[in-house]
Amino acid sequence: MKTIEEIKAAIEAAVPGAGVEIINNPSPSAQHSLLLQRETALAVAQFLRDDAELAFDYLSNVTGVDWLDKEIVEKVKVKKTVTKTVDGVEQQVEETVDETRKRVEPGYLETVYHLYSMAKKHGPLILRLRTANRTDQVELPSFTPIWRSAEFQEREIFDLYGIVYTGHPDLRRILMWEGFKDHPMRKDYVEPDDFEYEPTAHDAVAKRAQEHQAKVAAAQNGGAA
Amino acid sequence: MITPILARQEGWNRQPEIVPDGEGELLEVAMGPHHPSTHGVFRMDVTLDGERIIKLKPVFGYLHRNHEQLGETMSYLAIMPYTDRLDYFSSLSNNWGYALAVEKLAGIQVPERAEYLRVILAELTRIQNHASSVGFLIQDMGASGTPLMYAFKEREKILDLFESLTGSRMMCNYMRFGGCRVDTTAEWLNQARKVVAGIPAFADEFEALLTTNEILMARTQGTGILRPDLAVNAGITGPLLRASGVNYDIRKVDRYGIYDRFDFKVPLGEHGDVYDRFMLRLLELRQSVRILEQALKDIPEGPIMDPKSKIRGFRPKPGEAYGRIEAPKGELGFYVISDGTGNPYRYRVRPPSFVNLTILEDMCLGQNVADVVLILGSIDIVLGEVDR
Amino acid sequence: MLGEGIIKGMLETARNFAGSYVSKERLITVQYPEEREALPENARVFPFLVYDGPEWLPGLRCVACQICEKECPPKCIYIDKSADKKPDAAGKPQNYPTRFDIDVSVCMSCQICVEVCPFDAIKMDKQFEYSTDDRFGGLLLDREKLAKSNEYYHQIHPVEANEVDTRLAEERAAAAAKAKAAAEAAAAKAAAAKAAAEKAAAETPAAAPAAEKPAAPKPPTSGGGGA
Repeated sequence: MKTIEEIKAAIEAAVPGAGVEIINNPSPSAQHSLLLQRETALAVAQFLRDDAELAFDYLSNVTGVDWLDKEIVEKVKVKKTVTKTVDGVEQQVEETVDETRKRVEPGYLETVYHLYSMAKKHGPLILRLRTANRTDQVELPSFTPIWRSAEFQEREIFDLYGIVYTGHPDLRRILMWEGFKDHPMRKDYVEPDDFEYEPTAHDAVAKRAQEHQAKVAAAQNGGAA
Repeated sequence: MITPILARQEGWNRQPEIVPDGEGELLEVAMGPHHPSTHGVFRMDVTLDGERIIKLKPVFGYLHRNHEQLGETMSYLAIMPYTDRLDYFSSLSNNWGYALAVEKLAGIQVPERAEYLRVILAELTRIQNHASSVGFLIQDMGASGTPLMYAFKEREKILDLFESLTGSRMMCNYMRFGGCRVDTTAEWLNQARKVVAGIPAFADEFEALLTTNEILMARTQGTGILRPDLAVNAGITGPLLRASGVNYDIRKVDRYGIYDRFDFKVPLGEHGDVYDRFMLRLLELRQSVRILEQALKDIPEGPIMDPKSKIRGFRPKPGEAYGRIEAPKGELGFYVISDGTGNPYRYRVRPPSFVNLTILEDMCLGQNVADVVLILGSIDIVLGEVDR
Repeated sequence: MLGEGIIKGMLETARNFAGSYVSKERLITVQYPEEREALPENARVFPFLVYDGPEWLPGLRCVACQICEKECPPKCIYIDKSADKKPDAAGKPQNYPTRFDIDVSVCMSCQICVEVCPFDAIKMDKQFEYSTDDRFGGLLLDREKLAKSNEYYHQIHPVEANEVDTRLAEERAAAAAKAKAAAEAAAAKAAAAKAAAEKAAAETPAAAPAAEKPAAPKPPTSGGGGA
């Protein structure tokens, strides 16, 4: 199989303006991945499947990943003009000052694709697609027209993560029931308070159990009164 | 051989729709969720024109417990017993798949004896899974009891082996990152050799019982045909894919573990119908016996755990890994993202049964209602894995 | 000939049917509960707590370190650690569990508590007949129900129990030797210190006793959702 750099070069030669980026994987598995642009992803996918040498005819795994907003605190050196009294005279002096800045790196939802080739027996090639944000711009192009194996897996990600795949022929919930509102695999998902608590509850669950029981007791008292 | 995918027109990667003949009304039937042939709680919303199926939508999720999120809330070790409960027919394969992914993630080496043990247990799992899956297929066809019990008799011997080694018949929880949990004794290996030596006789008996049976042939030959190009495009793996004639076995392609040391063949089907899938499982079972014979002969002495790997406080460095194995039902993949803490940031299971269900409708279109049960049985799904 | 395959299959069933009167191997079922098969050595069902000696409470090996509670995948163990210390079987003062509950209806018999226990205090039982109509009374096992003697452990897992006993004996011997060596060293040091102290008579020897860390008691949980 070609190295990931060669594949990147091949994609950029075949699909103009593909804008592919290599995402390094520091773990010993060394499975690096290619980040695609939303606009050109379908063309790239088509190329990867149809190119005689690459021939990635088998899309094995489609995964959603939720990356929350990250607050990054960094220390920056900034040049500032400060008014100072030097030798009794007020002067404008340039000074470098340490400053802590906080910036929020916006989160996104990600889809990860693992491609193999059954004809050439090589792989994996890992592709990534990212949404613009986690709330309203969650559309990604669907790969189902290219690889049918994405059909159920994209439905599952739509169900559990809330990524909307444009071009999917039958985008419905698959594991949760129809009419369910939330996306349970998201990192900020809050479980509904409908448990039957076990007697061996721990830490966070124990706290929730207490709250739950307090609520139930309050409801009962309210009902009695 | 994979036939090149040429037809690129509209709807090329699915079976063409069946047009009702216009006489009479269409009937919508919900097969399941409580139907004995669905192997669990599984529903198929079928639209019928007479006896012919013109639409079929699988509906599942009744067993959904968000296994993946459960995994993200607990330590790497604590996920291991939960993987048993995915495909509860072949818990040892699931253990191996997960251990393989985490070993890739953390760069752990597995000692030689543990690799042999893994191969032995995975192949025993494959045998008992294939035996019971053909048993269930025949059961679904209407041969109540007898063939299934023949298969279960053999399965029971293998489950006894599992119990005496791992402590549990089905929920084995045996493999660890960098090896296996307990070592075998010489008696266990001898017992295993005895059981393995008996399996070809079972396969002969089972074939004498069924393979030339006219009723079986009439029901299964030409039923539920899956084209190889569609199978590849839809990501079908395992016996279902090979029955369509595509030579793709991850044991041969990836050579994970020590599969490059064994001499075995990959049986292939020709027609891609239910009968081919039935026969292919029996042939694969015989190949597994070949692997087992070699592994049980060559198994070396030595440690079964990598001394550097630890049970508690396992924290791999940030990164990600996708590990896959050839489970009895197809490609079982585990995708793990670590952020350096004790829990995985993302833990994903790529279940073979779930992906294989994609083409259930395509295989059923134009067939009779009674064949749906057969076709579903030939996919060999386990709902614990489909719904997760 | 049409029907040949069916006849061949029928012959196979007939052979097995007739054979079951002749060979015992073909009869593989057992009439449970009248007949029972012996469980293999490694069989595991639910955990129990091992105690040494005749009395269960003072003999418990568990020191309430709560590792199993943390590692348990379905979180079926609940432990309250004692505030005081009592001497264990080896005579060393240790904490003990004031409450040790296992909800066996939640337990999934994975054996991870056994693997992570550094004191060989929790082991797997082979008792599996727990069926009851009392969900919380019958299936929530407290420490008294969980405590089983080391002899019982030897009875159900003979090989493993012997290994554990040898290892524990070695560890205790090593610990005793170390303690003895430490005591001797301390005595020598004390003698030296005494000599030094006598030399510089103004100084007072500062003997800071190891501050015992008080265990924070957990908030009690009120009963289950079934209440």
